[in-house]
Amino acid sequence: MEQVNQGVRENVYPQAAQALYRTLSQAAISAVTPIAAVLVALAFGAALLWLNGFNGTDVVTVMIFGSFQDARSVAEILLKATPLILIGAGLCVAFRCSIWNIGAEGQLYVGAIAATFVGTSIDGLSVWVHAPLVMLAGALAGAAWAGIAGYLKVRFQASEIVTTIMLNYIAIILTSYLVTGPMKDASAAYPQSARLVREAWTPRIVSDMRLHIGILVAVVLAVALYIFLQRSSRGFALRVVGLNPHAARYAGMDVRRNVMIAICISGALAGLAGAFEVAGVTHRLYQNISPGYGFEGIAVALLASNNPLAAIISGGLFATLRSGSEVLQITSQVPQVLVLVIQGMVILSVVAFAKFRDILRIAA
Amino acid sequence: MSAKPFLRIDNIRKRFGPIIASDGVTLEIDEGEIHALLGENGAGKSVLMSMICGMVRPDEGEIVYRGQSVRFNSPREAIRQRIGMVHQHFMLVPNLTVAENYILGQGSALKVINDMDKVHAKIRELSDHYALDVRPDALIEDLSVGEQQRVEILKVLFHGIDLLILDEPTAVLTPQETDRLLALMGELVKDGKTVVFISHKLDEVMRVSNRISVMRDGRVVHTVNVAETDARALARMMVGRDVGMELPRSPAAPGRIVLSVENLTCRSETGLPAVRGVSLDVRAGEIVGIAGVSGNGQTELSLALSGLLPVDAGRVVLNGTDITGLEPARINASGFSHIPEDRHKHGIVLSLSLSENTILQRYDQPPFAARGMLNRRAIGEHTRDLIKRFRVKSRDEDQRIGDLSGGNQQKLVVARELARNPDFILVNQLARGIDIGAMEFVMEEMLKQRDSGRAILLISTELEELFAICDRILVMCHGEILGELPPDRSRLDELGLLMAGKTADHLEQPALAG
Repeated sequence: MEQVNQGVRENVYPQAAQALYRTLSQAAISAVTPIAAVLVALAFGAALLWLNGFNGTDVVTVMIFGSFQDARSVAEILLKATPLILIGAGLCVAFRCSIWNIGAEGQLYVGAIAATFVGTSIDGLSVWVHAPLVMLAGALAGAAWAGIAGYLKVRFQASEIVTTIMLNYIAIILTSYLVTGPMKDASAAYPQSARLVREAWTPRIVSDMRLHIGILVAVVLAVALYIFLQRSSRGFALRVVGLNPHAARYAGMDVRRNVMIAICISGALAGLAGAFEVAGVTHRLYQNISPGYGFEGIAVALLASNNPLAAIISGGLFATLRSGSEVLQITSQVPQVLVLVIQGMVILSVVAFAKFRDILRIAA
Repeated sequence: MSAKPFLRIDNIRKRFGPIIASDGVTLEIDEGEIHALLGENGAGKSVLMSMICGMVRPDEGEIVYRGQSVRFNSPREAIRQRIGMVHQHFMLVPNLTVAENYILGQGSALKVINDMDKVHAKIRELSDHYALDVRPDALIEDLSVGEQQRVEILKVLFHGIDLLILDEPTAVLTPQETDRLLALMGELVKDGKTVVFISHKLDEVMRVSNRISVMRDGRVVHTVNVAETDARALARMMVGRDVGMELPRSPAAPGRIVLSVENLTCRSETGLPAVRGVSLDVRAGEIVGIAGVSGNGQTELSLALSGLLPVDAGRVVLNGTDITGLEPARINASGFSHIPEDRHKHGIVLSLSLSENTILQRYDQPPFAARGMLNRRAIGEHTRDLIKRFRVKSRDEDQRIGDLSGGNQQKLVVARELARNPDFILVNQLARGIDIGAMEFVMEEMLKQRDSGRAILLISTELEELFAICDRILVMCHGEILGELPPDRSRLDELGLLMAGKTADHLEQPALAG
């Protein structure tokens, strides 16, 4: 024993240095490729704009930096980043378990419905109780909605890609029905729910800006999910199930249970994103509560290589592009479709560069 | 033979990052010979051949083919020069037919489709000529592994080659299929073709080749005529020391019954009857072997024992406790270790590190986990200890296990399963696809386990493996145990007959069987 220990101790330093070097070089490779992918996509976007008679570089510059004018505009970016980070980080967990949850959009909607219900039907609670209760309701509803697809998968081997997409339609149409029917604010002309009671609102960070504490919750949850995946036993099991379900079963892991946990975590974060949209931004439920955050969240997870920590950055990037495109619409004649094309290119080049990164990894 | 060799490889070097795959290889192949390339895993055989057929480009050195220096940028260029290779992992599209696979990537699709009848006719003609039994309209996914290999060989012949390279062709074959393949090599040579065949099975190499080149550490260390050597000498050249499959061992001292299987019956994953009423006992301190041609229910038997396949009837009792049909987690926890047949499917997760692979079953148990979080220090220490004790060649415990050679992967699986301190160890194919050094090591380890009082069931298609370490050998055929023999090489014929499904009754009355 003595000898073994000594041997280990002697080798600790060079080994640690080597390990650190490897970790850093791997991290550099991991970081460089998504950045390169984004730059390539933007360059293509600029070229495309130029072909359409616009000054491409100017437009792209506006798209990225145009929205960084003052504290208020940065706060607006962070407001948009909140649902993207939440959904992106949640999807990282599902994707790591090889669960292709395409239903974050629907999970966001049911989260918004549940939050609206809790936020409008209860009154007289303190903000310390009511606001968290609304968030919890959103998360639980989102998890349950995703859980339907999860159950269909583990019980009947139904493809979650199909079922989650179907559940998206159901959730979105259900929202329309509720705000035009049972949950409609009787005094309003438009299809919208009653206003949430003030105690149910997600507290703002600065009183005169819309940005609410949801962004902090999103960042904390993304970090927590990273630790969960990399450092916890359950996270390890999720990853093994995702990488090799046969080996997981051989090792005695409950594949079905892990699948359910992974899809419900991703649903919970999407549902929470929905709760924040209602309780933090609009304070009422509307028909189109989400401009497609649930789908953009897939791209956020993809750009982050299914790493919840990186989803904070990629979520921020997509929020920036989204804000930039709004600035563009106001200040120039660039049609919004072109902005969507650029966003699409980012996703395409991320996929292409992911392949490239694998090649680099092997070489390293 | 002739002064100018058919193919000459001159001082080829190839590096993959820090790994030197070819370290100045020089090799000559004569026209019309069967040249075997022998070596342990990781000796650089496959890489060398991949460079000849255009899959990999050498860093340095020259390939001279029919007197001309050549450099192929793709397998297609090599095929054009009539060099073709059949890889260890087949390169066929499962949901296409044989003929469709052959014409993939062959110029204009329209032209080829017009010629489809000709393609079919040519395949049939070649198939008949070499008695390959390949139907041009068969779907690849319906074919057995042996059939798929014949399809691969015929594909290369279809494109017209003079030099055929076979990479470990017998690794996936039953003994009968192996015989057939070796005969085919002879036929090809008769038709004026040259065959290079990679293997690490000494007996096959001795049977068919004219010359044998032995590779070690990225170099050709010897080239010898088969007539002038023997298996023992070759083995010595391969590992650089003497190996005999005679491992020193003391007689077994069987104790109490650890595992008892009664009348076990189960079906395969496709629902066909696979195990038909198998009964056996394994005692503490003995190694029981199960011999048989692959596909006779051994896979299903091991999956059913370990809880991965539902049991239709019968009982499995471990240490007096009924474990029939329990979840794998419960079976794993009751002193049951399993070294699986298909390492890449069940045994390991290729893209995870060695550390992560060593805690596959115990990821949520102390000392590897506390309060739901992994204890990375304990996991690292444990893994380093296993790496050291089992001499797993690796950079460190954080290396991806997929980067290791098959032999080192298997050593880690064996290390993990033994470290779980089992009472019973189920082994299916202990030494599949691993080199002699590693094979000897894991076998000795099994003997040590036996001597320390563990019960071991070794299922194998390799008779040498069974003879070397088993205390008694059961023979399985068509899902049944047909008989039991001592590990005595002199009774090989009897064993062979049992493996072919001929029981003692048949032996006594051959007239009835005929």
